[in-house]
Amino acid sequence: MALKDIIGRTYSAWMSTNAPHTDVALSSRIRLARNLGDIPFPWYASSPDLAKVAGEVEKAVREVQGLGGLEIARLSEASVLERQILAEKHLISPQHAKEGENRLAIIAADESISVMVNEEDHLRIQTLLPGLQLTEAYELADNIDDLFETKLNYAFDERIGYITACPTNVGTGLRASIMVHLPALAIAGQAKTVLSTVSNLGIAVRGLYGEGTEASGNMFQLSNQVSLGRSEHELIDNLCAVTMQIIEQERATRKKLLYEMRMKLEDRVQRAYGILRHARLITSQEALRLLSDVKLGVEMRLISEVCGETLNELMVITQPAYLQKLAGEELNPTKRDIRRAELIRERLSAK
Amino acid sequence: MMLCDECKKRPANVHITKMINGVKSESHLCDECAREKGELTLISDMSESKFSFPHLLSGLLQTTPGIEFPMSVPVHKVGACSNCGLAFSTFASKGFLGCSRCYTEFQSRLDPLMRRIHGNCKHTGKVPKRVGGAQGLIREIEKLRRDLARLVSEEKYEEAAQVRDKIRDLEKGLAGGA
Repeated sequence: MALKDIIGRTYSAWMSTNAPHTDVALSSRIRLARNLGDIPFPWYASSPDLAKVAGEVEKAVREVQGLGGLEIARLSEASVLERQILAEKHLISPQHAKEGENRLAIIAADESISVMVNEEDHLRIQTLLPGLQLTEAYELADNIDDLFETKLNYAFDERIGYITACPTNVGTGLRASIMVHLPALAIAGQAKTVLSTVSNLGIAVRGLYGEGTEASGNMFQLSNQVSLGRSEHELIDNLCAVTMQIIEQERATRKKLLYEMRMKLEDRVQRAYGILRHARLITSQEALRLLSDVKLGVEMRLISEVCGETLNELMVITQPAYLQKLAGEELNPTKRDIRRAELIRERLSAK
Repeated sequence: MMLCDECKKRPANVHITKMINGVKSESHLCDECAREKGELTLISDMSESKFSFPHLLSGLLQTTPGIEFPMSVPVHKVGACSNCGLAFSTFASKGFLGCSRCYTEFQSRLDPLMRRIHGNCKHTGKVPKRVGGAQGLIREIEKLRRDLARLVSEEKYEEAAQVRDKIRDLEKGLAGGA
């Protein structure tokens, strides 16, 4: 499958709702940071060094059985818009989308695996699965890591583990994260309290697009804060245990809202659905907010006409770069708002 | 009439005042540009801002006069990495090391910092196979034990027996090697 097919397709495997705990946990992600010994880290490396890393990784993908199915995309050959789409699809980071030369994105056809080459570290192996499936996502990443290791000389220190550009990632090089949707806690005004409590338990909270992004549509990314001194499984178990508690709290709050203010809640989610079905102009922020309400309605069985997958898909394809790709031209904000509203109406009436 | 800070064409009718760390900044934008910027905040990164981890990190290095830190040598006099040439002061301001060798070259400086970040300085996780040795074996055995438990729970006893034998062999190797 070529890059343009991946970019052209709107559905990704992580959008499935056929996975554990998808009523609150949207997706589980694993990232392993790896570097090649003695070659400067990407931010400090010369062009030839970066090319050397990219070359070695490409060679490994071609030669190692089990990596052969991955698609190699050279970001220098992709347009700015295409790179932005890869970021909107969560396949690469917004930072990686900015650079081109000697940067690669190595992607599995179902988008469950993506490897960023020459981002902050030489390699960032990422896996993304629907629902709460961190252990499964780790096994997938661990396997890819083992395969790369047969060809690449990883920088590793017996004492401090895998070496990374930033000391915050040293050790396991692992960042495990779970995207959770917490609309009920937000309505009840408890989301902030709950989330600030978890930061005392070694868990970091971020927005929809990872580091440095704000939370939108009541989506929060929970991830491990430390990477050194604990094993991969300990880090993952801790994150899962904390996330399960948050999931339980969200569920309990949903029940409580339903019991105490059913009509108000129904009104809220149906209004959101009504606006999305009929609006002519809609910004991406408003769309995310309303999609969050409708999602809540679907999960609480207050809305039956839409399926969760359609909503997950809409969250991605209503982003600016995707819309422009679909339109086939650059759009100013107002035109984008028109296209976005059209697209949402279309998807919600298609069913 | 005030013009938009961004496009400098349309009249500014959105006025934003931000207070970040007590520093006040003002911007005046037109509708279009304000919405444009609003949309971009969703995907824009704040890596340039003062709140990013590298910045906090370097702040920690430069300003903590704690006993934990071997601060007798000022940051700018630590010198440079012999492999990549990165000056320690550059790390202190950027938050990124230059190459894998920097970790050994700047060890005495980095260890206290890493203890601060991770609460620990000893890796206990995955080990590359090529590093192998006892650590690799231990890890391999741990993985096989998990496989074994899974196979037993799935009632795949024949495969489980094979895995059990493999664990025994590896454990022998571990005992012999130690």
